[in-house]
Amino acid sequence: MLAKRIIPCLDVTAGRVVKGVSFVELRDAGDPVEIARRYDEQGADELTFLDITASSDDRGIIFRIIEQVASQVFIPLTVGGGVREVGDVRNLLNAGADKVSINTSAVLNPQLVADAAGRYGSQCIVVAIDAKQVTPGHWEVFTHGGRNATGLDAVAWAKKMQDLGAGEILLTSMDRDGQKTGFDLPLTRTITDALEIPVIASGGVGNLQHLVDGVKKGGADAVLAASIFHFGEYTVQQAKQFMASQGIEVRL
Amino acid sequence: MVDVAVVDYGMGNLRSVEQALRKVAPAAEIVVSDDAVTISEARRVVFPGQGAMPDCMRELDTRGLRDAVLLAARSKPFLGICIGLQMLFEHSAEGGVAGLGILPGKVARFAGNMRDAQGNKLKVPHMGWNQVHHGQHPLWDGIEQDARFYFVHSYYVQPQDASLVQATSQYSQSFVCAVAKHNLFAVQFHPEKSSTAGLKLLQNFVQWNP
Repeated sequence: MLAKRIIPCLDVTAGRVVKGVSFVELRDAGDPVEIARRYDEQGADELTFLDITASSDDRGIIFRIIEQVASQVFIPLTVGGGVREVGDVRNLLNAGADKVSINTSAVLNPQLVADAAGRYGSQCIVVAIDAKQVTPGHWEVFTHGGRNATGLDAVAWAKKMQDLGAGEILLTSMDRDGQKTGFDLPLTRTITDALEIPVIASGGVGNLQHLVDGVKKGGADAVLAASIFHFGEYTVQQAKQFMASQGIEVRL
Repeated sequence: MVDVAVVDYGMGNLRSVEQALRKVAPAAEIVVSDDAVTISEARRVVFPGQGAMPDCMRELDTRGLRDAVLLAARSKPFLGICIGLQMLFEHSAEGGVAGLGILPGKVARFAGNMRDAQGNKLKVPHMGWNQVHHGQHPLWDGIEQDARFYFVHSYYVQPQDASLVQATSQYSQSFVCAVAKHNLFAVQFHPEKSSTAGLKLLQNFVQWNP
């Protein structure tokens, strides 16, 4: 049976892994290559790197990090942040990424998703959606790390991205990100039920039960978490063992 | 002489295949090549693939690599990966195109609206780590029965000849995820992204003497 995936997420800036609360207040979590290797040893199913560097001068750093990780860690690597054109997708794939995550640029230019999927295949195009509840049962898409409202309905947007060729959706609840109160389960359930492609739930994990809920109640195909792993609260292995004990199929 | 040539026909990222081969065979000469002569002369050939099958077939021909791949598949240790497995067959439902026709059979798409035993939707693409139930073959040496490998695909092969089947996996239905014939071995999953089990399979391949 297909296993539900556990994906540690590494937010990277200036060559370091950091973690913020609701996209602000960054805290240092260590060296990306070292952390990637540790999570691989603990049995992570994939790794996601988000380049949250504000200045374009530092963009080269993420390529060097991915190159180093890809030569040592043999599990799928997703990289996002600052992807604006098909050339950016190519450069990240060439550096060793297996998938590229597109967020703000998909909103500004949806054709980018179609072009990138057409050129490199849907399997390597992840569309990241940052969603915020506007009224119960309705969520809006935000961009630029959660600063800009788009007026787009998250469910309709996710479907459109699927139709344009996205192979997977990385769904982050902006209401929950960094709050450690668990995923936005109605959001996750609504999006995953609406789509044929896999959905990664993100934003809000504070304990292992939250991961279980994301899969069982949210219907997520994969769960992404950052701080519970970075600051040593749990290992990926502990997370998987707990999920297995709750009857979830995982790769142990 | 090149030990392992990874066939580059311009489709997707071959870096990870190359990196994983280097990891398991540090002393070997490994090249990613779009040159028919290099591929024809290499001791072993890896035939990967990403993207859509019609594009892969077109790009293979645009680069004049069809004959080199056909020759390698018939004459030396040859490992197909993902679309590199699917292209070995006669026909694919993806774009309705003909494949290389090295193996009899076709390529079909997973059905929509598949559900698991709990009633949850089974997504397409089939993406993630699934168990591989394998038979006896030198490439499975040291790999546990039902070990998990990383998959990402929407299409799967349906070989006509059941004796070619080297492994199956389960996604709503049982599907074939590895085939072998003489010097040829091909898998649907990505050994280069399948951690320890995947590296072991690649190591077995670089040491295989069919």
